[in-house]
Amino acid sequence: MRATRDAFGVALLELGRENPNVVALTADLGGSVKTGAFAKEFPDRFFQMGVAEANMVDVAAGMSTAGKIPFATTFAMFGTGRAWESVRNTIGYPALNVKIACTHSGLGVGEDGASHQSLEDIALMRVIPNVTVCVAADYASAYGLTKAVAAHKGPVYLRLGRPKVVDVYKDGEKFEIGKAKIIREGNDVAIIACGPQVGFAVEAADELKKAGINATVADFHTIKPLDEETLVALAKKCGAVITAEDHNVLGGLGGAVAETLARTHPTPIRFIGTQDTFGESGDPDALWRKYGVHVADIVKAAKEAIAAKA
Amino acid sequence: MQVEEQAMKLTAESEAELKETARKLRIEVIKMLARAGSGHPGGSLGMADVFTCLYWGGFVKHDPKNPGWVERDRVVLSNGHICPILYAVLAERGYFPHEWLDDLRQLGAHLQGHPAMQKTPGVELSTGSLGHGVCGGLGMALAERQSKRDTHVWALLGDGEIEEGLPWEAFMAASHYKADNFTVIIDRNDAQIDGTTEDVMSLEPLDKKMEAFGFHTLVIDGHDYAQIIGAMSEAKATKGKPTAIIAKTIMGKGVSYMEKDGYKWHGNTPNKELAEKALKELGA
Ligand SMILES: Cc1ncc(C[n+]2csc(CCOP(=O)(O)OP(=O)(O)O)c2C)c(N)n1
Ligand SMILES: [Mg+2]
Repeated sequence: MRATRDAFGVALLELGRENPNVVALTADLGGSVKTGAFAKEFPDRFFQMGVAEANMVDVAAGMSTAGKIPFATTFAMFGTGRAWESVRNTIGYPALNVKIACTHSGLGVGEDGASHQSLEDIALMRVIPNVTVCVAADYASAYGLTKAVAAHKGPVYLRLGRPKVVDVYKDGEKFEIGKAKIIREGNDVAIIACGPQVGFAVEAADELKKAGINATVADFHTIKPLDEETLVALAKKCGAVITAEDHNVLGGLGGAVAETLARTHPTPIRFIGTQDTFGESGDPDALWRKYGVHVADIVKAAKEAIAAKA
Repeated sequence: MQVEEQAMKLTAESEAELKETARKLRIEVIKMLARAGSGHPGGSLGMADVFTCLYWGGFVKHDPKNPGWVERDRVVLSNGHICPILYAVLAERGYFPHEWLDDLRQLGAHLQGHPAMQKTPGVELSTGSLGHGVCGGLGMALAERQSKRDTHVWALLGDGEIEEGLPWEAFMAASHYKADNFTVIIDRNDAQIDGTTEDVMSLEPLDKKMEAFGFHTLVIDGHDYAQIIGAMSEAKATKGKPTAIIAKTIMGKGVSYMEKDGYKWHGNTPNKELAEKALKELGA
């Protein structure tokens, strides 16, 4: 078990070495978002902006027009919430090459409670034209996605987490933006997941197997652009779909999948995510259980979705 | 029971009483955070003396058994992360049973990691995301005045917090509207998460900035009871403009190892051994 934010810190440092145009900004959360190693090695390319996220994001936009590749870092709540309109108008609209990299997303924030648990950030970012949205499932994917995001030209929101999560991939795994990864193959139901729920989905698939159900598990690490080809193929193959995310069921991965399948290949779907509610203080694992986004919830939903097949 | 609001006259005896209250509150803060295993001790301890003077010095007209009493004064904690001290105060004043302090930050708790007005009586606004509380507090002040109620709003904020744009928008509006029923108390501990404020994002000359934004501005030692009570009395008496009290405090005040390491105790909780050391120093 390792934290995605730690992988981000390692990848950012390497990016700093690989490309002199990479710069990093933070808003008084350098320790938490793991920009420390980068700041130490490249003090002149690191900008501490204080507790001022909207300004940080607009400053990053300006830097990108001067040829830099800025990584603006903070918690998901503040990078996508406080700074939303900066992202929309100053970065999304002119399609500037800025990376909004945020840790502490979803219920995974834990004890700090609802004020800090962004359960809307995927929705907020994916409704902005030109903005690519990526979600890290584990350590290796956070590392791989950070590298892919840096190489991609254009605005990107990269969603990372605070707690340690199960390792799904081997270190060194390559990630391509917009290309989902199939982790398990099965014909009965397709579990489309992102973030910590990818690891949960793998566990759920093991459980389902014991009940004689063969599930596909797919990591849709890119919410936008959504890998429509893979999604439709899975829906056709399995005839039932589960989405699973540490996010509100409204507007996130579930919303994106539903919009796409409604248009291309209507399929029964069950949505695992928070049910239009705020979180609360507590241990992340306990929260994921209480709010119905854990292994057992995926198993139950998979059975329901299969039963709903015509 | 409605608490009559009348600024305390500070005598050797009343000061000793206030200090004893602050000591008890600090003990509750340490116990609460050690149990919770996470949370923010530095600012909570640093603001214990200011909170004590507010709630025991006669500056908050309130009724703990009727938290929604319309004639009450308001305390808004814009730097919501230091809520352990607010929770200790509210429990001690009788807003809820002391047992609630035991579950801080646990699943299902009344006391959230950051203040939630919908879960905790005595909390006037849900905060935690920095910058909002002071704006909401100004809204309360403007509405109260428009309703012709003689109440006062105390908005507490952190010095790191005012790096956000929102507080300055509120400061501008407060002086534009001559909100003299509105006082901001800035916890000037020169500390935030990544370092000292002057290293992270320099704020000085803060008093001049507040004056330029139209505030009657007072700089005090936030651990000196005569100065705290004097400034609060002056804030209430000031007409025609809002008041800013810049309270110089020491992060972790009362616990030697926290005082020494300053900002490192912004959001770190002491382990069992260090918590015991802190409680011993506080005479628990
Ligand atoms: C909008 C927003 N951005 C970032 C944070 C994370 N955060 C919590 S406290 C804090 C530092 C605040 O410093 P200060 O107000 O001086 O509080 P102190 O450390 O003195 O208690 C930060 C950046 C937040 N809660 N809200
Ligand atoms: Mg401070």
